[in-house]
Amino acid sequence: MTLAEMETLVYARPASLTEMPTHYCPGCTHGVAHRLIAEVIDEMNLRERTIGVASVGCSVFAYNYFDFDWVQAPHGRAPAMATGVKRVLPDRVVITYQGDGDMASIGMGEVVHAAARGENITVFFINNANYGMTGGQMAPTTLPGQKTTTSPRGRDVETQGYPVRAAELIATLEGASYVVRRSLHDPKNIRLAKKAIRLALETQVRGLGFSLVELLSICPTNWGMTPVQSLKWLEEHMIPYFPLGDYKIHPAVAEIKV
Amino acid sequence: MARELWKGNIAIAEAAVRAGLEAYFGYPITPQTELLEYLAMRMPELGRVFVQAESELGAINMVYGAACTGVRVMTSSSSPGISLMMEGLSYIAGTEVPMVLVDVMRGGPGLGNIAPAQGDYNQIVHGGGHGDYRPIVLAPSNIQEAIDLTMLAFDLAEAYRAIAVVLLDGSLGQMMEPAEMPPMRPLKTTYPDWAVRGAIGRERRVLSSIYLDPPLEEEANLRILRRWQQIEANEVRYKGYYLEDARFVVVGFGTAGRVALSAVRAARAEGIPVGLFRPITVSPFPDQVLRQLADQVEGFLVVEMNTGQMLEDVLRAIEGHAPVEFFARLGGVMPLPEEVLDEIKRMTTAPLTMDGHPRERWLQRMLQPA
Ligand SMILES: Cc1ncc(C[n+]2csc(CCOP(=O)(O)OP(=O)(O)O)c2C)c(N)n1
Ligand code: SF4
Repeated sequence: MTLAEMETLVYARPASLTEMPTHYCPGCTHGVAHRLIAEVIDEMNLRERTIGVASVGCSVFAYNYFDFDWVQAPHGRAPAMATGVKRVLPDRVVITYQGDGDMASIGMGEVVHAAARGENITVFFINNANYGMTGGQMAPTTLPGQKTTTSPRGRDVETQGYPVRAAELIATLEGASYVVRRSLHDPKNIRLAKKAIRLALETQVRGLGFSLVELLSICPTNWGMTPVQSLKWLEEHMIPYFPLGDYKIHPAVAEIKV
Repeated sequence: MARELWKGNIAIAEAAVRAGLEAYFGYPITPQTELLEYLAMRMPELGRVFVQAESELGAINMVYGAACTGVRVMTSSSSPGISLMMEGLSYIAGTEVPMVLVDVMRGGPGLGNIAPAQGDYNQIVHGGGHGDYRPIVLAPSNIQEAIDLTMLAFDLAEAYRAIAVVLLDGSLGQMMEPAEMPPMRPLKTTYPDWAVRGAIGRERRVLSSIYLDPPLEEEANLRILRRWQQIEANEVRYKGYYLEDARFVVVGFGTAGRVALSAVRAARAEGIPVGLFRPITVSPFPDQVLRQLADQVEGFLVVEMNTGQMLEDVLRAIEGHAPVEFFARLGGVMPLPEEVLDEIKRMTTAPLTMDGHPRERWLQRMLQPA
């Protein structure tokens, strides 16, 4: 391979992504998460077998960017819809892509019970500590003291409660086989995130049960920061509250070598 | 096929199975629970999908996902559970995927009670979910009809990419009657060209109810409306009894229609020229037939187990061309044939009026017992 060929290869668009430019704000990590998922689906040769379930949030149009079949769920209901698809088509790979408002607030019931049933689906959970699409309101993941449009003086835990650590919560369920938290704030962590995405999909392909990858993400637009400041804020503020790690690895998943 | 004794809820469940139901999702609620319990046994036995969902929210969205794959899907519930499904129903209508819903109505509003009622008429017929859509609503009044209409519901839902509802009340759900169950139909082996089943060797497909661009949403609304016009033109169903020489007509659907039929028969036995008009599709509503009847008869009596939700549709349909009276029992109280017979006699002997609203007159009568 010549150097020029290698260069083009490095920047090649994964086959599982469409040509359509995304509508995400500059620097938003939704784009990074999309790319990682697409790369893994390509590497595992799953494009034709994958069915995505989009949620309601900034990623509502995820189905425009991935070159495979999609359905689009009501706010929070993606894991229920995914259950319907997967039960009818058990040999397909069914993924949901959900924000923190979507999954950990309005959709908490659906995701918990999908996990409890051990639904053989994969949830990609984007935790950006606020409601992006509706303009930066408080999310169940908003940190204590964090300012949002609905916690203008900073989240007051006395009246607004505490952030939800979704990965830890779901990891307590017997039906969940692979539950981890990763972050998208630097190249090293992005590589680790990709590996987790791979393991989650391997879990599903091997019929081992429910998998969830929580990805700590940024929302520069609503955080009122530059992308670089946002990445730093994520590292300094989000990771201490939402520690990165493996919260549930089923012994059969631990055996998987990729 | 022999006639056997079937209980309403179970007859509907088995009819759905024989219609080719491939996936069922539901949540317990009286008085429809036997349907869920029966399918919990029956579906896995046939290698088909049964999931007890965590809630009706979960159930309807599982139905939504399964419907997107192009197979025959169903859920069932009763009034409070149906309320919880409204969001999903609107999305399903907006995505134009077919499904069958069974609503075994109970007394309400709120938690109400578990006795038979017809209070869901408006929420089902006039769409409790947001946006512009209309479901096909089939209202059986006996077990055989419940079986036949359940089978039909799947065909209609598929033909029109619409929601088809089988609307009944708790008494029909619980009642045992001899009926003939049709033979098992084979499952589908081909799927519509919109079905999302994985992009194997074809372009990807997306099923969604979102049209961010208003002109595109307008187009989708028009498409749904045009399909509805076809449904109105082709699928109106009703049953008339003793209408040929009737000077008075009772109108009632489901169990109210069934009770009214007993009353009409008793009245006929006494020589009163009364008939019964029983809408089978309460949506699309049999407007035209009722409008024609209005020119032939001296008056209508609408009987319901709600405060006159269908009454408004009857009034709309007959456009003031005949006087209308109303009688109802509410909150899970069943109307008795004798009560309806008394109303028939009152209507056929006292002078009828076009003044005021039939509901008002009925309330007045309720307040000052004879
Ligand atoms: C039933 C319902 N309630 C509220 C909304 C409005 N809504 C749209 S997106 C959203 C929040 C999404 O936030 P999140 O899941 O965190 O995703 P992000 O936009 O941050 O990626 C809300 C509340 C809706 N679409 N449906
Ligand atoms: S609003 Fe936030 S989450 Fe949404 S695209 Fe912009 S940066 Fe990303």
